[in-house]
Amino acid sequence: MPFRGRGFAPAATAPPAILAFATLITVWQAVGTAEWVNPLFLPSPAAIARALWTLAASGELWTHLTRSALRVGGGWIAGTAGGLVVGCAVGLFSLTRSVGLSLVSAFYPIPKIALLPLLILWLGIGETPKVATIALGVFFPTVIAVCGGVDQVPRNLIRMAQSFDVPFSTILRRVILPSALPAILSGFRISSSTALLLVVSSEMIGADSGIGAFITQAGNLMKTADLLAGVVVLSILGLVVARTISWLERRALRWRA
Amino acid sequence: MDLLAQAIGHSFDGLTVLADVSLAIRSREVVAIVGPSGCGKSTLLSILGGLVVPASGQVLIRGREPPGCISPIAAVFQDFALLPWRSVEDNIRFVLDHRPVGPAEKRGIVADALRRTGLSEFAAAYPRQLSGGMKQRVGIARALAVRPAILLMDEPLSALDSQTRAVLIEDLTRLLDAERVGVAYVTHTLDEAVRLADRVVVLSARPGRIQDVADVGIPRSERARPSAQKELAALQARLWASIRDGAIAAEREVARA
Ligand SMILES: Nc1ncnc2c1ncn2[C@@H]1O[C@H](COP(=O)(O)OP(=O)(O)OP(=O)(O)O)[C@@H](O)[C@H]1O
Ligand SMILES: [Mg+2]
Repeated sequence: MPFRGRGFAPAATAPPAILAFATLITVWQAVGTAEWVNPLFLPSPAAIARALWTLAASGELWTHLTRSALRVGGGWIAGTAGGLVVGCAVGLFSLTRSVGLSLVSAFYPIPKIALLPLLILWLGIGETPKVATIALGVFFPTVIAVCGGVDQVPRNLIRMAQSFDVPFSTILRRVILPSALPAILSGFRISSSTALLLVVSSEMIGADSGIGAFITQAGNLMKTADLLAGVVVLSILGLVVARTISWLERRALRWRA
Repeated sequence: MDLLAQAIGHSFDGLTVLADVSLAIRSREVVAIVGPSGCGKSTLLSILGGLVVPASGQVLIRGREPPGCISPIAAVFQDFALLPWRSVEDNIRFVLDHRPVGPAEKRGIVADALRRTGLSEFAAAYPRQLSGGMKQRVGIARALAVRPAILLMDEPLSALDSQTRAVLIEDLTRLLDAERVGVAYVTHTLDEAVRLADRVVVLSARPGRIQDVADVGIPRSERARPSAQKELAALQARLWASIRDGAIAAEREVARA
């Protein structure tokens, strides 16, 4: 019998990935060394690495990074806390569902950065409007993820708990939340990348510190190596956050293995 | 303690599901409820368990709870309804945690329930590691852990393959004789009904009414013997004769959108 079962089973392995990455860097560096492109437009990887090193050594990088991290952290935690509460309420009760679903669908599609000028008017210049923008950007996708997760809790588990007379608060904590956890964690993935996007854009609009502000300033001064160093930092930051969430998922969802 | 259903009637959105069903589950009595698909067996069990309020009629508890009873009524589910993120032991503990039971007593109850269902070695296993038969044993152990007077079982063996089912019928035969519980046992399988029940109640096609009641004269522990086969086969034939028309009608029915 000829084999017909070929394909449709892709598996990602490390060697091709490393090779592709190394090739990209090498070609990029070669282009830079050969001066085929004006280094002002496309600095070489070595130049970017040097810029990164200088920034790290002078401490400038850490100042910006800390500022951005505090904004992201504050906004994400506030938005997530609110989103968890509202998401559960929308997933559990008819009244909050009727009100919440319509409001969330109206506000979710607004790019939250468009609200920054208004928030600055309301809250004054400084950290608060930036943190609030991030919190708003995090809040809505969290509500949607949590409410979706709560909706997907197997009905039979809730019925089981009810038939054993388990109280509501215990059903919420011991059945609904663990069951919705996968959906909540994948919501974290979306909300954390939204938070990164918003911190950078709000810093680009109105801040003198933070990675976003640093990138804008570097661009204004045509320091493209610094600019790309900032971009590299953002990429690493995004990776670290994604890795942390994957780690959380593996730990919290071990029972699914 | 007896559980009495008096003139139960119920409908969902104008679809009458049960009409005037009166039924007594006496202590230590196993009542099988059979009937064509969709005739309201599960609904009846939900009503008995307090998960659905009947449109008419009432469910009464007569007599006192037996000594040591933690919850008078417990349920076993067709799809097991185990919490996948909890070990076998913790699944059983789940139905005890909100009860006024001390930690030492709780450990004792859990160990006892595990032992009686042959699960002692599997206390630390997770549901995904267990076969269907073992999962349902956990479901049964969990129900027994609250020391109920009445056990509600909705097609507890339907999700199992026929060999596992045969093994569990043997186990249940022993368990039901040893436990001091009354049982309402919903099943599609007449063989299961005549092997396990003291009394078989036949519901008609929807709206379910009591169409026939048959007592099984042979003691449960003797029903596997060759000498009992003829009588059980005759009983099965009688039950099938009263279900057949309803089953054909149910099978040919087009689901309402
Ligand atoms: N929550 C509900 N809302 C609307 N209709 C329902 C609901 N639950 C059950 N029904 C309908 O009521 C009828 C009886 O359902 P039920 O599950 O009690 O039947 P059953 O005898 O247990 O059927 P089966 O043999 O398939 O398990 C079915 O037609 C079903 O579609
Ligand atoms: Mg059913």
